[in-house]
Amino acid sequence: MPTISQEAIQNALRDWAGRIAASSAEGEKLAVVGLISHGDILARRLVALLQNAGVPALYGALDISLYRDDFDMLSHKPALRASYLPFSTDGMHVILVDDVIDTGRTVRAALNALFEYGRPACVELYTLVDRGGRELPIHPDVAAFSTPKEAGVKVHLLEIDGTEDITY
Amino acid sequence: MKPRKDLLTIGDLSDEDINTILDSATAMKDIFTKSVKKVPALKGKSVLTLFYEPSTRTRSSFEVAAHRLSADVTTFTVSTSSVVKGESVHDTIDTLMSMKMDYIIVRHKNSGIPAVIARHCKAAVINAGDGAHAHPSQAFLDAFTIREKYGTVAGKRVVIIGDILHSRVARSTSTILKRLGAEVAYMGPGPLVPPQAYTGIPRFSNWDDVFEWKPDVIYLLRVQNERIDSPFFPAKDYHQAFGVTDERLRRIDDLNLSIMHPGPVNRGVELCDAAMDYRNSLICNQVENGIAARMSILYHLTPQTQNND
Repeated sequence: MPTISQEAIQNALRDWAGRIAASSAEGEKLAVVGLISHGDILARRLVALLQNAGVPALYGALDISLYRDDFDMLSHKPALRASYLPFSTDGMHVILVDDVIDTGRTVRAALNALFEYGRPACVELYTLVDRGGRELPIHPDVAAFSTPKEAGVKVHLLEIDGTEDITY
Repeated sequence: MKPRKDLLTIGDLSDEDINTILDSATAMKDIFTKSVKKVPALKGKSVLTLFYEPSTRTRSSFEVAAHRLSADVTTFTVSTSSVVKGESVHDTIDTLMSMKMDYIIVRHKNSGIPAVIARHCKAAVINAGDGAHAHPSQAFLDAFTIREKYGTVAGKRVVIIGDILHSRVARSTSTILKRLGAEVAYMGPGPLVPPQAYTGIPRFSNWDDVFEWKPDVIYLLRVQNERIDSPFFPAKDYHQAFGVTDERLRRIDDLNLSIMHPGPVNRGVELCDAAMDYRNSLICNQVENGIAARMSILYHLTPQTQNND
């Protein structure tokens, strides 16, 4: 089974931080918002890397369960986790972060959820993996890795899974 | 949690169900702090409140919860409905099913009526209080409030005071608290507190024994108006014997105990005026948490009104 290493994941995050730091305008209000339950971990790391690069960014996390479009098809509802977005996103540059993009439906739900916290100036999407199975016209601005559509993807992160890699 | 159509009693639920609903209630409470206090989870779903017994708080709490989940809410008011013309519960169910309701929230003076309705319809049925039997959504909001205050329910000591025998709140709340590892005791007029042999719950007859037991939470039950001035309940004697008087409030304050009450409070009966402003009163928290707990219950139930196959 092909594996992407912890080192490659960490390099990708450093690359993102460099890219954001290089493109962020003076005085721009930046927020990094991760999607629970893996995107929020990536977002937290990205905020720390940006901090080290001298670019302050606010951290947020979104649980999108209540915005899903397949609510009626679920036989049981996933347990909710509290979203954490203790600021208005009005006028902010928001970097939305998730581990995997596939159909694009999660991102659709995340955009709806995000806009209930204010009106961001712009929203960008960073994902670790692009599986390419898109069903909506939504695409990441940056995707670190691509995996074939047929393969399942598992992202493990140290903070919640105890190990760190991507297998597909 | 496993798919579940109805919420009738706490006893029907697994430990996992209870914890999942409590955890999700925490997330629901986060919605109240957003500029848009609404989520689309139940958009297009119909919620009916069917109250055969008067209630302002529970019903409006469910209605606010349903609105915040974007459901459409219909209120079936018994005094203006056909029930007064003699329509049976079964005929009412048929009528309601023709209206294609997805969730029905029922209160009835007889135990078991919500279960009958649940058996005969595809809608998710939530028991909002049936006779002296059960009031599970109250149990969830009480457990949630204690967990929020202390970080955990396990190991906390809660004494429930009042007419235990006729109280569905006492029954459901003590069940959930014990399931979550709390210790529960009862105190009240002798004939109105079931013996420990039946419930496994220690029973006290006076405040000295209550304080001796070292509770964390004092939970007062509402004295039902219809029972005041019955032989068991002379109102002013009740306050002196079982209520939180000014003197007891000082002791509660010294010991840093919390006060809870399902509302509405009879001032001067269960609680003295000063107790309403007590720094550790959780009564307003209970009201706010009631909405979050009921949102979580609505969210986790699965009506059989969708044809997925």
